[in-house]
Amino acid sequence: MAAMMPLLSTKGLSCAFGGLRAVDGVDFALPCGEIRAIIGPNGAGKTTFVNLVCGRIPASSGKVFFEGRDISRLPAHQRVRAGIAYTFQITSIFPGLTVLDNVAPAAQRPSARQVAASGSSRERALHALEEVGLGQYAHQQAGHLSYGHQRLLEVAMGLALRPRLLILDEPTQGLSDGEIENFIALVREIGRKATVLLIEHNMDVVMALSDRITVMERGRVLAEGNPEEIRADQAVQRAYLGA
Amino acid sequence: MTRAGARNLLLHGAVLVLLFALNFVLPEYHRGILSRVMVLAVFAMGYNLAFGYTGLLSLGHAMFFAAGLYGAGLTIYHLGWSVWPAFGAGLLAGGVVAAAIGFLALRTTGVAFMIVTLMFAQVFYLGTLYFTTYTRGEEGLILPQASRKLELPGAELILTDPAVRYMTALTLFAAVLVGIFLLVRSSFGRALVAIRENEERMRMLGYDVFANKLLAMIVSGVICAAAGAAYAVLFGYVGSGFAAIQYSILPLLWVLLGGAATTLGPLIGTLFMFYVIDIASGLTRAHLLVVGIALILVVLYFPKGIAGTIRERWLRWLQ
Repeated sequence: MAAMMPLLSTKGLSCAFGGLRAVDGVDFALPCGEIRAIIGPNGAGKTTFVNLVCGRIPASSGKVFFEGRDISRLPAHQRVRAGIAYTFQITSIFPGLTVLDNVAPAAQRPSARQVAASGSSRERALHALEEVGLGQYAHQQAGHLSYGHQRLLEVAMGLALRPRLLILDEPTQGLSDGEIENFIALVREIGRKATVLLIEHNMDVVMALSDRITVMERGRVLAEGNPEEIRADQAVQRAYLGA
Repeated sequence: MTRAGARNLLLHGAVLVLLFALNFVLPEYHRGILSRVMVLAVFAMGYNLAFGYTGLLSLGHAMFFAAGLYGAGLTIYHLGWSVWPAFGAGLLAGGVVAAAIGFLALRTTGVAFMIVTLMFAQVFYLGTLYFTTYTRGEEGLILPQASRKLELPGAELILTDPAVRYMTALTLFAAVLVGIFLLVRSSFGRALVAIRENEERMRMLGYDVFANKLLAMIVSGVICAAAGAAYAVLFGYVGSGFAAIQYSILPLLWVLLGGAATTLGPLIGTLFMFYVIDIASGLTRAHLLVVGIALILVVLYFPKGIAGTIRERWLRWLQ
């Protein structure tokens, strides 16, 4: 059954920097349609893990499968075309271009998936901006946006790719409480159409959004379960929640 | 088309019409200068595509210009080719050199890219000296007058005639200007600018950054080679001097002066430099001092180049 096949899975995925095994033999499976959070203390290997998934850094060993296909050897840009979108932990936009021009490259690149997509690339870019609530800023220079809006622009760039899997790396870092509330609503909305993999430190956001949670520690998966299970897990509490 | 697009179209059209009209009013001396400026502005436009739009600070573009120059010059001089196939050989030489050098040099970025392109250009320059049997090195080759004829259906243009030379240079300039005008408005051109602004971001938006940069280098190299090949057939001289480091620095200066990543900047910068040198050398023997001061003033008051600063301060729509 196709439904049984996870959208994304990894087998023994590892990455060593010198002697440090930042990601150490991670087996991971993410079913289609889920919102999954990865949590863990600083240095647990969360960001390294998603970077291995999207191909920004090469794995030392192990495999990555997306839609059942082995993508371990694909360069990053081809993984993006296959349907994996990544938003940067440190805001990475085109500060000198307009907000619309920031999203245009994502909307205009034709991929097999997007052939059926409706509208011109400009319309698709505007639509992605509307989705995150930046429509009114389309013609402003992106570098002049507030920090919170720049984070949203990151997400809009990811959305304009129409990904199957959207990876959000600490998206709420540096946002105000009000912005975080809007953000939770936005990710829920995105979750209807795409599978979401979220690295997040803010436990309120994690608990509010995720269907399941994966806890990482020292490059390994420590625990996995739904929010209640994770909250109750003693090993997790020792390692992370500080209880 | 948007209003900004219409204004740009009008402006670029007006520049071409003005250049056309100048053929009939300029004194011979200035018409000669302008012919040369237009050909070298093509060189600068090619450089601008790599440097201005894609952010590739190459210090080796002399080799692409010289590849075109020699591709056309050697085939005419030694093989007796006529102008059209010789021009084609120049373009091909530029494209092949740019593809090979791009493939190797684009593995590096930043300072390393500058050094690698500089070194390859130096190798090319020394190559033109080494094969002095064919190139006659610094002394160069003078292409025979009889060979500098452009065959068109039903006509033969004598390229040594000043008016024909001017119009041929203008035709090449116009073709490249229109090509660049369209290219930078295309999705490819916009992708290049975005790569310049944030390469890693473009990679994570699914763009093959290396392939895009390589294509930019090849197009840039072919345009520079077109300028070189045109220079050979229009002015009849092919020498190693055009492959030297000076001719890698000059297009950088022209583009910086005129305005990087503007379509008209290369023409403005080239024209400006030519006339500053021309006027200064009429006034004093220390004309390079005047040139230096002029450069400093432009950099101080027009930090983004002439067209670039005009765009920033007054004409936001300028392409």
